[in-house]
Amino acid sequence: MLSQQIITLIDKELKKYPADQRQSAVMAALRFVQDEKGWIAPDDMSDIAEYLGMPQMAVFEVATFYHMYNLKPMGQYTLTVCTNLSCQLCGSGDTLEHLHKRLGIGLGEVTANGKYGIREGECMGACVDAPMFSINNKQLCGRLTNEKIDQILAELDKQ
Amino acid sequence: MINIEIDGIKIQTENGATVIEAAHLAGIAIPHFCYHKKLSIAANCRMCLVQVEKAPKPLPACATPVAEGMKVFTHSEQAVKAQKGVMEFLLVNHPLDCPICDQGGECMLQDMSVGYGGGNSRYHEEKRVVLGKDLGPLVSAEEMSRCINCTRCVRFLQEVAGQMELGQAFRGEHAEVMSFVSGTINSELSGNVIDLCPVGALTSKPFRYKARSWELSRRRSVSAHDSLGSGLAVHTKNNRVLRVLPIENEAINECWLSDKDRFAYEGLNSSERLTKPMIKKDGQWQEVPWQVALEFAANGMRHLANGAGAEQIGALATANSTLEELYLLQKMMRGIGSDNVDFRLRQSDFSTDGKQQGAPWLGMSIADVGQADRLLIVGSFLRKDHPVLAARIRRAVRKGAQANIIHSADDDLLMPLANKAIVAPDAIVETLAQIAKAVAAKQTDGIAGSLSSGQRVVVLLGNFAQQHPQAAQIQALAQQIAAATNGKFGFLGEAANSVGGYLAQATPSAKGLNAASMLAAPRKAYLLLNVEAELDCANPQQAIAAMQAADLVIALSAYKHHATEYADVLLPIAPYLETSGTFVSCEGRVQSFKGAVKPQGEARPAWKVLRVLGNLLKVEGFEFDSSEAVRDEAIGGMDIAAKLNNASPATAQSAIPTPQSSGLQRVSDVPIYATDAVVRRSAPLQATADAALPQVWLHSDELKKLGVQAGETVNVSQGQGSVKLLAAADDKLPKGVVRVATGHAATAALGAMFGTISVERA
Repeated sequence: MLSQQIITLIDKELKKYPADQRQSAVMAALRFVQDEKGWIAPDDMSDIAEYLGMPQMAVFEVATFYHMYNLKPMGQYTLTVCTNLSCQLCGSGDTLEHLHKRLGIGLGEVTANGKYGIREGECMGACVDAPMFSINNKQLCGRLTNEKIDQILAELDKQ
Repeated sequence: MINIEIDGIKIQTENGATVIEAAHLAGIAIPHFCYHKKLSIAANCRMCLVQVEKAPKPLPACATPVAEGMKVFTHSEQAVKAQKGVMEFLLVNHPLDCPICDQGGECMLQDMSVGYGGGNSRYHEEKRVVLGKDLGPLVSAEEMSRCINCTRCVRFLQEVAGQMELGQAFRGEHAEVMSFVSGTINSELSGNVIDLCPVGALTSKPFRYKARSWELSRRRSVSAHDSLGSGLAVHTKNNRVLRVLPIENEAINECWLSDKDRFAYEGLNSSERLTKPMIKKDGQWQEVPWQVALEFAANGMRHLANGAGAEQIGALATANSTLEELYLLQKMMRGIGSDNVDFRLRQSDFSTDGKQQGAPWLGMSIADVGQADRLLIVGSFLRKDHPVLAARIRRAVRKGAQANIIHSADDDLLMPLANKAIVAPDAIVETLAQIAKAVAAKQTDGIAGSLSSGQRVVVLLGNFAQQHPQAAQIQALAQQIAAATNGKFGFLGEAANSVGGYLAQATPSAKGLNAASMLAAPRKAYLLLNVEAELDCANPQQAIAAMQAADLVIALSAYKHHATEYADVLLPIAPYLETSGTFVSCEGRVQSFKGAVKPQGEARPAWKVLRVLGNLLKVEGFEFDSSEAVRDEAIGGMDIAAKLNNASPATAQSAIPTPQSSGLQRVSDVPIYATDAVVRRSAPLQATADAALPQVWLHSDELKKLGVQAGETVNVSQGQGSVKLLAAADDKLPKGVVRVATGHAATAALGAMFGTISVERA
């Protein structure tokens, strides 16, 4: 079941589109679910499909097409590390290695306590700050060094 | 009209056509995979790239509209270079192991790669692997690595079947065609994706690895199931039917086939086949030679006719029997002096008999149904009863037609409905009467308003309406509505020969008994043609009781079924595809066919068995040497169109009973894979979701009233019989209604398809 909060958000989104084009809100709806639950389960996709009056498969197509939707639990904080050219040249390999050392997980994995997950990401359009990762696709962290990563993790640990 | 030139040939074509359509009209082949004339344009395979004068680069012919003076080159150096390039890319990830692929020999990719592919691959890296999927018992998606992502299957299910059960998930190199969370595809038209798939990704599960296409002999036949008369290409090897494909006919089934028509043939090879004549002696079944069995049957009938009287013999046949079988059956019965012959086994209202001006039929051509702009469908499980016709109506609705439905169940027809009236069975007449009034009063809303605003109105009565105890009134009212809206009126026939049965005169005249009265006033002897008494009759309880009480039951059957408990002699006959014959489709199209394979064992075509029985009974005029001779006597020289007439004296207005509400009313459907003996024995069809064990469906308020939870076992009783079934909630059902399927062994102990029924906690 979609929470009341998600339904309110979807309804707000639906106002942007013609009444007979409800499926236009599918990307936003998926985002709301991911914001709330951290990932999008097949059941959530079915619920969205029902609410927007579109085939389940069409929701699944959208959810699998876009990289930033998590199709499995990716922890409370999903760190998406850019591995494209600029970041790679500026040491995203070191970033991954340090995260691995600190959290004990690699790409696509989640810590045992469910707090952190690491994903591979594509260029975030801010190469000036390479190497970088994003937290839950919302917050960009750039010019990463081991010290800075430790600092960010310490902040997140506190929350 | 627009003038264009393709490969130097000047062509006139309609504005808005695409280059590939124009080329096909001119007989020029352009290689393609994703393009299909019945599906939307995807332009994603890029195989149809052609050179267009003044265009800077090759254009996809399937997605390029024609323009005045356009010059297209399909085989120029630029075009062929582009096509070869695309082919090389398609083969990059496609396994090059045609010898072990089930599609080998009839594969578009294989054929096309002969013309456009290289001698060997320049790609030596790893190919992508896509895991196989389980899409259910009919369609095999075992080898999805072969998929070239043309999305024909996705578009078919979405656009024609009406339900997006497959989709293309993920992206780029990871894109794969799959169902949502590994679900099966449950569409009743799913088999068509096998034909559509240009490669070996989707193949027929029952046919998989059975034979190569070039080993198969092809025979034309006609579907024996629904009344559409779909053309079948029957592929056989070593006297076995190995698969059935559609024969394209735009006027009938277009290029589609329902799963029932496609996979029913598996029922021919059932272990239940009756292959030797059998007689019951001292309660034991014995196999006997044909001569003995036939004489036993003939003597029994002669003895009864001379003693108790010929009117004590009743003959029942299913509407899936051929015209020839039905004609000989009635001729023989009338020859020995009995007029008790009928093929309308699930009908319960026979009050139009003798008044009806001709054989009830569709009232229009099948193409006309697709041309309608307003439809009223009364009492029909449309999708399950007439899958391919439903797809035609779905397309009409997609193009702007309005569909309205009056029915007692609200199954999803997978198309938007303009209006619907879902009422209990005993309120259908009243609902129709109100709409007739509203049409007369020029009401502008609701069903009446929808119909009045149309130019080409079509009113159709489904199986449910024809089986309804007030069918005559429903017919009269529906006719009245059609006349008031200048529309066409017709019947969606229940089975392949629902029209042919009338032409074969397999209905009683005034002095004879119809199917219902023959069972209500039990006869001393019954002759059953293709009939499974407890599954094919309107009231199974009554049918079985009549059979058990009879002195003599002669069953002409292709299967050893329940008749072994009540019959005295079993005569093995050849089911469809093993016999020659004729079906007359709902639109009155007469289609004769030959047997595709020889009958199994000692089974013989039923027309031959009836001919010999006729001879033994010394009935005159039984010297036929072919089924064609029977057909010619039955309908040769007959003006078929003149015999088809839906008109019946309008008696409806006079007696419309007020809806009664004493207890729960039964609504029964005949599940799609329980309609006839062959389908019931097709293992792959019986493994589908549509063939699941029947449940008892009630509105959840009714369940609450009964104190029953959905999923609990309940006792369902009707008359003297009761069965235990699982209760299920369907809030789209009207209140006061219980939906229980008929035609299924699990519900065969119940009574009539309509009427009161009781449900209690088990």
